[in-house]
Amino acid sequence: MALLQISEPGMSPAPHEQRLAIGIDLGTTNSLVATVRSGVPAVLPDSLGRPLLPSVVRYHAGGKVEVGYAAQSRQAADPKNTIASVKRFMGRGVKDVAHLESAPYDFVDSPGMLQLRTAAGVRSPVEVSSEILRVLRERAELSLQGNISGAVITVPAYFDDAQRQATKDAARLAGLNVLRLLNEPTAAAIAYGLENAAEGTYAVYDLGGGTFDLSILKLSRGVFEVVATSGDSMLGGDDFDQRLFCWVVEQAKLPPLDARDMRLLQMKAREAKEYLTFHGEAPLTAKLSSGELVDLSIDSETFCGITQTLVGKTLGPVRKALRDAGLKVADIKGVVMVGGATRMPQVQRAVAEFFGRDPLNNLDPDKVVALGAAMQANVLAGNKPQGEDWLLLDVIPLSLGVETMGGLAEKIIARNTTIPAAKAQEFTTFKDGQTGMSFHVVQGERELVADCRSLARFELKGIPPMAAGAARVRVTYQVDADGLLHVSARESSSGVEASVVVKPSYGLADADIERMLRDSYEHAKEDMHVRALSEYRVDGQRLLEATRSALAQDGRLLEPPERQPIDAAILSLEKLLQGSDHRAIKQAVDALNRATEEFAQRRMDQGIRRALAGKKIGSL
Amino acid sequence: MRSHFDLFGLSPAFGLDGEALEKSYRETQSRVHPDRFAHAGDAERRASMQWTTRVNEAYRTLKNPVQRAKHILELHGVDVEFETNTQMPTDFLLQQLELREELEAAAAKKDAAGLDALRNRLRGEKDRLEGQIAEALDARQDFAGAAGQVRKLMFLDRLDAEIDEAYEAIE
Repeated sequence: MALLQISEPGMSPAPHEQRLAIGIDLGTTNSLVATVRSGVPAVLPDSLGRPLLPSVVRYHAGGKVEVGYAAQSRQAADPKNTIASVKRFMGRGVKDVAHLESAPYDFVDSPGMLQLRTAAGVRSPVEVSSEILRVLRERAELSLQGNISGAVITVPAYFDDAQRQATKDAARLAGLNVLRLLNEPTAAAIAYGLENAAEGTYAVYDLGGGTFDLSILKLSRGVFEVVATSGDSMLGGDDFDQRLFCWVVEQAKLPPLDARDMRLLQMKAREAKEYLTFHGEAPLTAKLSSGELVDLSIDSETFCGITQTLVGKTLGPVRKALRDAGLKVADIKGVVMVGGATRMPQVQRAVAEFFGRDPLNNLDPDKVVALGAAMQANVLAGNKPQGEDWLLLDVIPLSLGVETMGGLAEKIIARNTTIPAAKAQEFTTFKDGQTGMSFHVVQGERELVADCRSLARFELKGIPPMAAGAARVRVTYQVDADGLLHVSARESSSGVEASVVVKPSYGLADADIERMLRDSYEHAKEDMHVRALSEYRVDGQRLLEATRSALAQDGRLLEPPERQPIDAAILSLEKLLQGSDHRAIKQAVDALNRATEEFAQRRMDQGIRRALAGKKIGSL
Repeated sequence: MRSHFDLFGLSPAFGLDGEALEKSYRETQSRVHPDRFAHAGDAERRASMQWTTRVNEAYRTLKNPVQRAKHILELHGVDVEFETNTQMPTDFLLQQLELREELEAAAAKKDAAGLDALRNRLRGEKDRLEGQIAEALDARQDFAGAAGQVRKLMFLDRLDAEIDEAYEAIE
């Protein structure tokens, strides 16, 4: 775990061969981008030296978009077009969002995910988030002076499939190659664990602007293993602001407020909350649009009183995660505090009391997630030599199931299952001659489908007519390393196979992303073909490089006649990469991928056999 | 590679060296995990995901006593028949009733200490049963007898899950 040490010459790729990889913490309140340079992880600041980017996006009528501090400063003046805390809306419908009435936006209900009406037109939370990611990508490109080869984007561990898919879509829309979606507490554990050479069982208590996660991890040399995770994706520092805002409205006996006053008071509430972290009392004054002056002050005791239930709400998931992990409080060696909201003294006290020990605060709670993401991105980009890297084993936070008779949810993959994971279940027809079956994919722990999140509905058609109960429909759930679900179904009893692959309905179709990309390039007056060509070239180069190095290592796994089509595919891709036909390059990439399928399988087989032989990683 | 045991180079036995399993699991994962192939081509990434999925499933199965026993029985062509065979010895059923009554009483009184005590008792029962299963599978190769014990263990697992729900309800 010698992460912070610069590697020996010859052990890792030379600096010019290092791929530029970044980690992005896409936060509710603030976002950050970090990278590992010469072995040292660092947050990349903007041109004024500011590390944070406020997650605020302002849309102008002319199509101009402002992101960050500039947008933040206009929140009260232009509340409807200035979107803050958009993360709360990712993958959510209008009915899913709490306190929607006190958000000053013009919401548009649409199937799957809500949308926001702005001066620049209707925007989805995915598009708003992509603006934030785009600014961070540009910041990194400028700072690192090169093309970013890939990014790790963090998400709350408790994000469900729809929220994860929305985040990945936003990253693609921002022109990022997503190496992995990484859970925020896991990212923090990487940064903390490596910095402190920690070994043992740790809890990460991550209270961000809008989300709460509690993850329990086993740290040992070279392995980060998440044992259980729990949380609340609708609880964060914003809710503390909201309580304080309600208290102000009540104390000052204010009439219903307009959007501008609401936003103003919410900002004042937030400032007062932050002030209370270091002071016993905070002033809270504001001049409303009516001319009325709000002049209050709040002491920390009152603030603790009105937010007590919120702090208490975080302890339920803590208990649940411990139970799921089969652990007691005494088994936890340390509690790592993450997220700006953990600065509140009442949160620190509650955690200290529950665990019977002082929480660990030696890393900046605002930066630790981005730093951990950068470290993981560096590993995924292949910049660390084997032996100096680590293995990360994460889990899905919520069970995945299917609707059965009577509106009940049957679990197919249980929460806290290590990913990637897959499970298949068989279903059959209940009517004679039935040729179709419909499925409803849900996520959550509750028994009734109505209480779970609906992820997707799909229909399998073309089942040959048979007697009831004779068809064998096998439904397979596959969760990938990003925690994203893919479902497929096939009927196989009759030898006739029908199969369908679904993507949860909250995710954007590839065509949508392409259209949005096109729109944004038109807007940016960038030539989409130039961009597409450069992306496919990068893709093609990456694949050539990976294939050549695989062949150099394990070429002997192939007989000469088996190798011939791979070599041919390499040659053809090499030739096309000289030209500028991006479609042809894409086809050649696909062809090379297909040609190497069997080879890839053999390499995995070999890996397993070597693992069995008990050989050390370094000795091969 | 037919059984989950083969995948980790372990001999198929109910009595399992947990440390050896974990070591082999991590060694295997470090070779096939998608993090190793984040920059590879589609073919390798797909193969990596398939293998990792399989390795995870094997590990999960072997770590869980009920699943491990079921797997061994399946390797010997014996079905545990949990869904169909509901015949259980009377004394076992009586004991189950008694444990469930205790659970209901503790849940009704919101008695966390009562739930703790019940859980400890259940742990003891499970240890005893797991010992018997190891004996039947590893020493005597009495698969029919083991299947009966595994069905009992499944009952106890369900009760364990209900205790979890009771904890959640009283919080």
